[in-house]
Order: sequence, then C-alpha cells, then structure tokens
Amino acid sequence: MAMIELNGVAKTFVLHNQGGAVIEVMRDAEFSVAPGECVALSGASGAGKSTLMRMIYGNYLASAGQIRVAGVDLVQAEPREILALRRETLGYVSQFLRVVPRVPTLQVVAEPLLTLGVDAETAQVRAADLLRRLRIPEPLWGLSPTTFSGGEQQRVNIARGFAHDYPALLLDEPTASLDAKNRRTVLDLILDAKARGAAIVGIFHDAKARAEVCDREIDVSEFAPRGAA
Amino acid sequence: MTPLLQVRDISKHYGARIGCTDVGFDLYPGEVMGIVGESGSGKSTLLNCLAGHLPPDRGEVIFDTRADGPVDTVTMSEPARRMLARTDWAFVHQHARDGLRMTVSAGGNIGERLMAVGTRHYGDIRSRATDWLERVEIDENRIDDRPSAFSGGMQQRLQIARNLVTGPRLVFMDEPTGGLDVSVQARLLDLVRGLVREMGLSALIVTHDLAVVRLLADRLMVMKDGHVVEAGLTDQVLDDPQHGYTQLLVSSVLQV
Amino acid sequence: MNEYNFAYLDEQTKRMIRRAILKGLAIPGYQVPFASREMPMPYGWGTGGVQVSAATLTPDDTLKVIDQGADDTTNAVSIRKFFERTAGIETTEETEKATVIQTRHRIPEQKLREDQILVYQVPIPEPLRFLEPRETETRKMHSLEEYGLMHVKLYEDISQHGQIATSYAYPVRVSERYVMDPSPIPKFDNPKLEMDAIQLFGAGREQRIYAVPPHTKLVSLDFEDYPFEASKADHACDLCGAQDSYLDELITDDQGGRMFVCSDTDYCRCRREAGHIGRLGVPAQ
Repeated sequence: MAMIELNGVAKTFVLHNQGGAVIEVMRDAEFSVAPGECVALSGASGAGKSTLMRMIYGNYLASAGQIRVAGVDLVQAEPREILALRRETLGYVSQFLRVVPRVPTLQVVAEPLLTLGVDAETAQVRAADLLRRLRIPEPLWGLSPTTFSGGEQQRVNIARGFAHDYPALLLDEPTASLDAKNRRTVLDLILDAKARGAAIVGIFHDAKARAEVCDREIDVSEFAPRGAA
Repeated sequence: MTPLLQVRDISKHYGARIGCTDVGFDLYPGEVMGIVGESGSGKSTLLNCLAGHLPPDRGEVIFDTRADGPVDTVTMSEPARRMLARTDWAFVHQHARDGLRMTVSAGGNIGERLMAVGTRHYGDIRSRATDWLERVEIDENRIDDRPSAFSGGMQQRLQIARNLVTGPRLVFMDEPTGGLDVSVQARLLDLVRGLVREMGLSALIVTHDLAVVRLLADRLMVMKDGHVVEAGLTDQVLDDPQHGYTQLLVSSVLQV
Repeated sequence: MNEYNFAYLDEQTKRMIRRAILKGLAIPGYQVPFASREMPMPYGWGTGGVQVSAATLTPDDTLKVIDQGADDTTNAVSIRKFFERTAGIETTEETEKATVIQTRHRIPEQKLREDQILVYQVPIPEPLRFLEPRETETRKMHSLEEYGLMHVKLYEDISQHGQIATSYAYPVRVSERYVMDPSPIPKFDNPKLEMDAIQLFGAGREQRIYAVPPHTKLVSLDFEDYPFEASKADHACDLCGAQDSYLDELITDDQGGRMFVCSDTDYCRCRREAGHIGRLGVPAQ
C-alpha cells in the first residue's frame, strides 16, 4: 500500500490585494510513493515542485483533489489529525532553517523527539549523534544556529529532519550548499531511511544525487495547466 | 477524543458595535491556538468571553471538566467558575501587575493558588515555589522578594509560574510578550513552548505579533472587525493565506 | 428617676440589634450588617459593644465591664456607670457573679458558664481587611469560602520572621466555615473561644455584629508544620503566682525594674484571697 498518494490535486492562488489575480499553478497531479521508495520531483524553476511538496505537508491548501499520507487525506483532515501526522509520520526538511531565537542547536535538533515524549536525555544523545555525523563541531551545539553559515544551518535543518524515523519524508534541496563530504553524509542518511522503509519525496537540483538515491522522477510540469508557457 | 474546549456561536456586542460575533471552534488537549488581529479586531473581547471575564451575549463555552465532563462555563455558577479559574484554568495577563500581587513575595504569589485549594504545609508550599522559580528561570534566592523588585521579563515569568503551579489544562494568554524587550521575548516564548509540551497544556493566545504566533501556536484564527475571517494550521494560514485580509496582514510584516 | 429608656436605646433599635444577633448566632462567624446608632461616646470607644450589651440586658442581669482585663480602667468604669445610670441594673467586678460581661480585648481567665454572655468590642471586624481593602471583594471571598489569601498572610509572616508573627486578633475558622477576627484579644486567649457561654461581637463604627454560639468549634489558622501556639510571657504573676494567666508587664522604676501581673484583675484578686502569693505579692486583707 502506498504511503503517499495524490489524486486529482490542483492548486490555484488568488491574490486579493493585487486586483484579485488568479494564478493556476497545477491541476490533476497524481502519483504515489510506496514505503522504501524515493521519488524525485523535477521540472523547471517555478513549475511548482516546492508548492507540491508543501501541499503534501499541509502547509499549502490544495484547491482540489486528495493527498493521502498513511491513509489520512490532508485536504479533508482536521487540524489535529494533520498535527498528529506531522509529529509521528510525516517529516519535512525545507530549504530554510526556522527556529525560535536563542535556543541552542542541540535543543533544536532534539525537539521532534521531545515533542513525541521521548525523555530529554535520549533525545539529546540522538541529536548529538546526528550533529556529529553532519560534522557540526561540538562547541557550537550550545549556541543558537541563527548565527551559523548557510551550510551549517542546512545541516542543522537536516539533523532535525532525521531525528525521528519518519515513515514518510519530504526533502526540499537537502544537498544544496553542502560540500562533497557532507553531501555524502546526507545521501547516506537518505539511503538509511529508505532501507528502513521510509517513503521519500525529494527535490534535488544535483542530478548525480538524484540518480543515486531516487527510484524514479516525476516531472511536475506535466501537471501544469494546459496552455501555460 | 473529547475536545477540551468547545466554543459555539460566541457573540458580544457593545450596544450597536460588534465586539465579536459568531465565533466557534474546538480545541483539543495539547493544542495551542493563536488568535491574531489588529486593534479593534475583537480578539481581546473574545478571549475575555471565553475566560469568563466578560459575559457573552450569546453562545456556549463548553469545557471538559475533570469531575463532570463537558460543562458550559457561561451558565456555570460563579463559585464553580472561580474555582475553575484557580485550578484547571490559567490566565496570563499582558501586564504582570494585573496577574500578580505586587505586595506579596514571589513565593507567596506562587503559593497562593496552592493555599487556595487547601495546601497547609509551609515547607511543601515553599519547596514547590522554589521548584517553579527554577522552571521559569528565576534565581531561587529571590523567593522572598516582592515582584516590584523584578524586571518586566521576570515578572512575566513569575506570573506564568503562579498560574501553572496547580497544573491547569487550559491557559489563556493575552499578549504574553507585549511590552517586553525583544531579547527577553525569545526566552519567554521558548519557556512557554517547553511548558506547553511538558505539561500537555492547551492554550489560547491572543496577540498581534505574527512571529509569536508562528513560534507558539499550532492553529490560528484571524480576526477582523469582530469576525473570524480565516482559520487553520498556523503555518498554512501564514504561508498560504486564502482571505484577502490575511494576505494583507502577512505581507505587511516587516522583515528584519 | 431615670429619664432614659432601659439601657439607653429605644425598643425598636434594640429589636433591630437582636435580630442581627440572632442572625449572627444562626451563622457563626458571619458579619451581619446593622444600623449602628449614635451613642454618647465617640467611635473607637466601644460603641459596638455598648449597643450589643444594651440590646441584650434585662433588668435581672448583673453586668461586668473589663478593659484589657481590668475593671478599674477609665473606660471600663465609664461604661459600667453608663449602664448603672441608664438601665439601673446590678453591676459587679466579680466574673463569677456576672451574667453579661462586656470586654475590650481580653477573655476572662475564669471559665465562663452557659448562663453567661460575653460581649466583645471590635474595631475592625473584617479579618481580610489589610490584605484586600475592597469590601466588595472580601464579601465575595467570605461567601465563596475563598480563604487562600488568609494563609498567604501567614506564609509571608513565616518567610519574613521565621514564625507566624500575628500575636493578637489572630484569625480563626468558625465551624469549618467562616474566617473570623476574634477582636484584638491576645492569641493566648484563642483556645478560650471554645466556651460554654454565648459570645457576641459588636463593631459600632464598621456597623457589623457577629456571634459564636456556645460549644462551637473554632480553629486558629496555621500551617501543619507551623502549628498555632497560644503563647504568653514566660513568667508567673508577681502578685498571685499564677502560671497560666495572661500577664501585663509593668515598668516600676526608671532603672528597668519591671513586674508581671495578671491582666485579669478579678482573677488575680480571687487567687490572692484564696491564699496564693506571688514574688511581690502581699497577703490579702
């Protein structure tokens, strides 16, 4: 049974404060991802890859269709069902690190586990483990990541995303701004996740990375409205 | 699962003026709901109606009490509602002086709720007060100091400790970080997040600050002119606003 | 010939006060508002006690008036003479012989009987007054039994002084319901509040009457680990040798000389007449 399933998904933006401009981004999007599969979203910039990913996370509202994760249709679900899904089942690593200011890095990475009720010590051990793998120096763990470089922030973001073994994972440009060594580490993390049965949807600009971890590609421009450029 | 709070058709008018109208939602245990809007949107009126400070003209506020299951707090007797306000509910005011006794020591402030529900062991009260001072990161040596000797941020943290000592399940917050220095806000927000998670609290937070709501709230209601114009998951409402007013609000936030 | 109505007040007023007294007895510790009258003494001089006594006295009664335990202070003498003049009743200094005892700030040492009435003069009837100045709030607190604030005061005492510092007007909980100010009696007297006599409390300026029926249970507020102690000076009476009575400390010269004597003058006299002599006492004549 598919872990992630999309059917007839469409998205239109209405900009009320800009003359009511209507922007149709996609229609009839359809695909599914089985446990242990990694599917890449491809397509030109602006085709709607991130938009589609955000809809799967429930961050954007789909205008039509069904988006099922572990059987729950996010388009129809109650807020608390989506919140529960995000806590236990569905992970998301966005392109940007968003944190509460002044919270130490170790705490940031441990948070998904703390939210699940894991005790503080166990959560911190796991967080430390991930930070070590991603080569964030230990002296930085007690500092807030808001002052780190772009690459360091991205690695903290990834560490947080992999703290809990989510059965479904959404990764938006996980290897961007990383050097070769760290890129390798992240790809290994993704392969580990696949091996334990996670269903993964990823956006990779790096063709080599895409080829290595992904089982197939879905071109998002196929879902573009007919007649669009 | 029974919702912790079921709000139905809450309306409050000031003569011909609408305070708030037709507000309804369910809040589940562990959920934090933000209520945002600009001045005059009706968010404070709504909070006060929900918390029992203001009688609504119409509607129900059904709370899942420990003893009797779901009860409409609007029609509850005053003694019962005051008891609820001291035990299962908490209200954090924007100005700490409205939520603290300024002439009573920090320990006395935290201990008051305990004493109000019958705790009669001085040593116990003192050690629980000390415990809570630690949790809200106030030096325990200040337990005998009056709040008038504390900074604004400390007063606010003391207010939180005073409210949470009886382990309430629902916390109402009115602009909890308003008036605090920006650097102090960050720590307070994280403290509140931690406590909400540790204690499994549900919370209703009124604020005009979208950044606060993004960090603290799971769900969001946007109010304008007394009406709820949009509601949903916080990140969804802020990242993909559907209503014109919400779109305006989000796009108006200044970037640092 | 006595040109006043019996005990000064007119019959309607006495009836109104008696109604308040009955209500107070029916709800022990509850402050009953009453229409306090203009009396021929200023506020702060016992008008509440006098009005309650006036409404309670009958021609057969014998009245005793004490002020801080003594029958012979100016105020005690004045009030006694007031009732001699306006009611023509018997008066006495002997606790044993009195049927109505009006007191300011002390309970007699001698155990009182079922046929006696003790009338207290009360300055501030509201025990929460200094914590919560608003009458609207304190009324709510009493009606809703919200007494947490009372314990906050005791907590503050302990945290500041290491012990509960209140030494008089020590608050009590009556019949497990109302918290009451027993008037400024020393806390040493609090245990005596459980007695066989009727206790009536009158506050003239504040216009409140409250009451405690005989054999009513009262608890002095405290903490489990800081229990209430009915303490007194660690001396015996220098005149009669009593170990268990409340003592006044008197400075006898300007070299720091002092003596301790029973505050209850009648009690001391009785003991001396029975042959007890203290350190500085002389045998009774």
